[in-house]
Amino acid sequence: MSLLRRRKPINESSDSKPLLEKEGEEHHEEDHDEDEDDGNGKNKKTPSKIKKKPPPQSKWSCLDTCCWFIGCICITWWLLLFLYNAMPASFPQYVTEAITGPLPDPPGVKLKKEGLEAKHPVVFVPGIVTGGLELWEGRECAEGLFRKRLWGGTFGEVYKRPLCWVEHMSLDNETGLDPCGIRVRPVSGLVAADYFAPGYFVWAVLIANLARIGYEEKTMYMAAYDWRLSFQNTEVRDQTLSRIKSNIELMVATNGGRKVVVIPHSMGVLYFLHFMKWVEAPAPMGGGGGPDWCSKHIKAVVNIGGPFLGVPKAIAGLFSAEAKDIAVARALAPGFLDNDIFQLQTLQHVMRMSRTWDSTMSMIPRGGDTIWGGLDWSPEEGYSCSKKREEDDTQITDQAGAENAVCKARSANYGRIISFGKDVAEAPSSDIERIDFRGAIKGLSAANTTCRDVWTEYHDMGFAGIKAVAEYKTYTAESIVDLLHFVAPKMMARGTAHFSYGIADNLDDPKYKHYKYWSNPLETTLPNAPDMEIFSLYGVGLPTERAYVYKLSPHAECSIPFKIDTSADDEDTCLRDGVYSVDGDETVPVLSAGFMCAKGWRGKTRFNPSGIRTYIREYNHSPPANLLEGRGTLSGAHVDIMGNFALIEDVIRIVAGASGEELGGDQIHSNIRNWSEKINLQLEETQVYSSR
Amino acid sequence: MASILRLRKLYYVEPAVKCSSVGFESLDQSPKIDQKLDKREDDVICANNLALEVKKKRKQAKEWRCMDSCCWIIGCLCTTWWLLLLLFHCWPVTLLRAPELPGPGVRLKREGLMALHPVVLVPGIVTGGLELWEGRSCADGLFRKRLWGGSFSEIFKRPLCLLEHLSLHYGTGLDPPGIRVRAVPGLVAADYFAPGYFVWAVLIENLAKLGYEGKNLHMAAYDWRLSFQNTEIRDHSFTRLKSKIELMYITNGYKKVVVVPHSMGAIYFLHFLKWVETPPPMGGGGGPGWCAKHIKATMNIGPTFLGVPKAVSNLFSAEGKDASYIRAMVPGVFDSEILGLQTFEHVMRMSRTWDSIVSLLPKGGDAIWGNMDSSPEEGHVCDFSKKSHSQTSLSDNNVNNSDVKRGFQVKGVAKYGRIISFGKAASVLHSSKLPTVDSKEFSQMSTSKNLNISCGEVWTEYDEMSRQNIQNAAADKAYTTTTFLDLLRLVAPKMMRRAEAHFSHGIADNLDDPKYNHYKYWSNPLETKLPNAPDMEIYCLYGVGIPTERSYVYKLSPNSRCKSIPYQIDSSLSGEDNSCLRGGVYFADGDESVPVLSAGFMCAKGWRGRTRFNPFGIATHIREYRHKPPASLLEGRGIESGAHVDIMGNSALIEDILRVAAGATGDEIGGDRIYSDILRMTERINL
Repeated sequence: MSLLRRRKPINESSDSKPLLEKEGEEHHEEDHDEDEDDGNGKNKKTPSKIKKKPPPQSKWSCLDTCCWFIGCICITWWLLLFLYNAMPASFPQYVTEAITGPLPDPPGVKLKKEGLEAKHPVVFVPGIVTGGLELWEGRECAEGLFRKRLWGGTFGEVYKRPLCWVEHMSLDNETGLDPCGIRVRPVSGLVAADYFAPGYFVWAVLIANLARIGYEEKTMYMAAYDWRLSFQNTEVRDQTLSRIKSNIELMVATNGGRKVVVIPHSMGVLYFLHFMKWVEAPAPMGGGGGPDWCSKHIKAVVNIGGPFLGVPKAIAGLFSAEAKDIAVARALAPGFLDNDIFQLQTLQHVMRMSRTWDSTMSMIPRGGDTIWGGLDWSPEEGYSCSKKREEDDTQITDQAGAENAVCKARSANYGRIISFGKDVAEAPSSDIERIDFRGAIKGLSAANTTCRDVWTEYHDMGFAGIKAVAEYKTYTAESIVDLLHFVAPKMMARGTAHFSYGIADNLDDPKYKHYKYWSNPLETTLPNAPDMEIFSLYGVGLPTERAYVYKLSPHAECSIPFKIDTSADDEDTCLRDGVYSVDGDETVPVLSAGFMCAKGWRGKTRFNPSGIRTYIREYNHSPPANLLEGRGTLSGAHVDIMGNFALIEDVIRIVAGASGEELGGDQIHSNIRNWSEKINLQLEETQVYSSR
Repeated sequence: MASILRLRKLYYVEPAVKCSSVGFESLDQSPKIDQKLDKREDDVICANNLALEVKKKRKQAKEWRCMDSCCWIIGCLCTTWWLLLLLFHCWPVTLLRAPELPGPGVRLKREGLMALHPVVLVPGIVTGGLELWEGRSCADGLFRKRLWGGSFSEIFKRPLCLLEHLSLHYGTGLDPPGIRVRAVPGLVAADYFAPGYFVWAVLIENLAKLGYEGKNLHMAAYDWRLSFQNTEIRDHSFTRLKSKIELMYITNGYKKVVVVPHSMGAIYFLHFLKWVETPPPMGGGGGPGWCAKHIKATMNIGPTFLGVPKAVSNLFSAEGKDASYIRAMVPGVFDSEILGLQTFEHVMRMSRTWDSIVSLLPKGGDAIWGNMDSSPEEGHVCDFSKKSHSQTSLSDNNVNNSDVKRGFQVKGVAKYGRIISFGKAASVLHSSKLPTVDSKEFSQMSTSKNLNISCGEVWTEYDEMSRQNIQNAAADKAYTTTTFLDLLRLVAPKMMRRAEAHFSHGIADNLDDPKYNHYKYWSNPLETKLPNAPDMEIYCLYGVGIPTERSYVYKLSPNSRCKSIPYQIDSSLSGEDNSCLRGGVYFADGDESVPVLSAGFMCAKGWRGRTRFNPFGIATHIREYRHKPPASLLEGRGIESGAHVDIMGNSALIEDILRVAAGATGDEIGGDRIYSDILRMTERINL
């Protein structure tokens, strides 16, 4: 004990000394010990003698301890790995069942037992972001990446050479096509979008379940396209639309004339809408399939989470690169985009890249104030997000009435998609003083040239322009488009050549034959295919971004001058972190996903002249009960819904031949009916529609 | 020892405390204490009980040390490994590679060549990936994972399960019930066979340099286990290929496609050419002008037009090296006994369910492959030592060949015509001294069946043959290509019945006979006519200069254990220096898998000019590539290789393909280029 007592101070002192002296220190220690012995009057020993005889066993230095530690960890890791590999495949399932009770059969197995079999060929149309992109030709910095995935997969290259990656993922900001010397192309086949990243399924669960009832490569087709391009450009550059047409014709021919069931997801919904117009339009602009191509080849279009009327997220994305439109990517690497690995300009780089992608502009809200609401009203008015919405269908109408009564006083002005300052967002419209920005002169570049390496059009705006934007105070869906024209004229010039955001007054106007209207459901008619069915499947019960409160960015030098005011919070009006949210699937508000099927196309309308039947199937979100369930089998989130058992079951029944009626018709949990009633949109052909 | 001594010292300092505290203290300090080894001799002071305790302690300490060292070593290794890995990743890419010539793609791009004609790649047997779509419970979790190709890790994990899934139904040659294994689609199907082992990847990369990409480059992947017509019946592979070619033709500005089949893909595509112009239901209904309209050229790489002798040994005794890639990669697996002592039998059972292998049996019978006493390759000189010699000496050899050969011919070195002989004697004796074989004998033998029930489990058709029959079939006989087919019909009647509904191996007497409209003749170039497409070009591109299996010497298997394969190659036989016999196999010139005769004959003679097989005079070109092994390990598989698969990385071959794809004709790339004796050989064949 005494030794311990005596040694302690010595050890401490040695520890406190710099590492370099450690070696010598130990000798000192020895010396001390020796001295003790000496003090007790036994054999004399000089320190030098000890040094002459070096210790035969190696010293246990810091490095050794490290190595030892790593070794231990490695061994444990290998042991676990070995055990894991030796484990019977059914073990995890067994454990899960022990904890949560027996799992329900996957829908594929269940329906196979019911006797369902593969019948109609299936075409998947992936959405934005989820499809893989691979490199076919690149600059020097991308050497060795030939035919490797730049997008999707592990994203390993993003970390290794971020700037190179951004350069290759960007398109030319004039043409919206490939930059010189770079060719990035979509991955083809089912692998294009079955998993977005390892373990993060997109289509994989659906594919696996379809395979259970007999589907395979010859009856399933992934219509992968380059989701960065505008829709018509995918045909111009890659002939993607022609390939889809040819593949659908092939599948119909090789499967005994059975029509295909098309399953688009997210932006794929708009893409396929474009396709249906393209295929019947005469060449050269269209595919020349003739006026009855769709009715001959398509049994049903099963839209999953379709942003028919756009998503507000897209605005925030284009305006300040803050949107969570790339929610998937962000969810995967939450800190990553906000980090400063690109030399403090991550967001600017992301903005520069995403602004070259025409496709993001396809998701700007369409239909203007008629659909999305004006300064003082919005279809979702009165929606209260603080309430738990787990009531039955039958209660919904009562509930809605109650909500209206309660919340009338304080309800979010969803119509104001962007407001500068929380007070502006809440004030009655008469109190807001707005100075029109449209004529404002953009000050000559206030940004100094050092910022020029990162190109966003904000640098051309100058302080005056920025101020003008802020002084307009609040923007509705219609003025948003003007706003974007103002802040990013080049991008919008490119975008408006390919997309349109209005509502057609007269659909027979020959101008609507142009392809830029084809992906807007409010400016095209559905094809003449009375036997076809259109389904809209989407999740509800998740707060979804709907309107934003912005502020000027404090340091407006090189950075993006606007940002979401994350300090704005209000429990009553669904305002959280500067974002007003509404019912939806986390990305697409119910209004956008459901309106067309609930009202715009219901029955024979001018948008749906042949009376194609439409069905709405909503899936209430319930989060996974525990971690073992992964992303859950009851999820309603935008991407996770692809693993929702109820949805998969519906899809399988449709592809096995069931009609919408046999499925059970509409299944509605949200207020979509009430909301669409509030929208005053002319649906009959005869009357001339007057705008607002 | 150290600790004891040290303790003693401590005890001396403060005896009472020491004895009680030693328990934990020695443990805590053991590393330190150990260092202070002290050799002083001292009196023993501590009590006995203390000594005991210390002994125990020491024991514990020692164990601990051992574990420690282990951990330490592993830790060290791991750290160094990671460090190296990190360095490797930080390493600039360019430093690793030796300054090499720019690939053919880059070179030709500088010349101004651009992507012009769409390209269709048709992979051969074995190289295409297969994935699982539906399986038994033993294959849980493998949905859409590769069973064939890729890392093959499942073979090691669950070999029997994998064999079961890769086998087809013995009766129909289609899927067994409850199992669906399908070809991987797209370019990934056969770009790499296994990680790092390229097949098409190099060619694809070079094509991309010219501007090729997904829209004008297509891999016509098909399930290579099936007979060709069955790929259409089950997967609609032909219909898909047709639609794909039509689509590419239209979307690329009405440019005809260049088709690049490899190995078995050559006869698969030959089948397609007939299929597409034949009216439905048997054919694709493209009409008689389809090929002329859509196809610019067919560039067959290492084509197996007339079959390969390897298929013979494969079907007969599962010993063939047709799957030579796999063997080369995992040499021990098939030969070792991991599958419960019956690897070969299992492999045979599996491969005999694959109809496609039957398509590779030598075609044309004795007229092509030679009879008992003569063969077209007769007089071929094998000099195994010469393999590594430089090109100059080989060309010298070529000049003097005729004289040298005459010399050998007198000795009668190898009778290639006898594709299987039992015993060395049978392989060299003059035919008159051999017992004759006729089909009558076979039929007699097959009547006396003697089913051995005890050998239930592994089912090859050998189990149904009596020992007597097996011996009869073998007794000092030699078989030519024609009689070998009879032999196969004897030893594997069911398989042959199944497969011969899909393939034929003869020579047509009269091609206008309506029976030749049946699909079973379509993949045999000697029983079909080429389509009416006079502007089309057919290329035969193959490697030469590698000894290639040509005929075999067999013996009866010594162990008559049931369920074993009764025949095996007599690998003890080797000839003298200049003989072509090595390990029971006679070798001829070729690309290691396909003999020159099979790859080149059709282009050299059978289709050259206007013949009855080529009534419209499609131009044919032969491009041979002499094998040159890689100079150093750094080169990997070499850019001048002529081996069956490695030739896909041969820059001369790639250059030829790129030029044709960019619009050149056969004459523009230099017409024929011949190193082998193919012309002389074909002269001997009398068609």
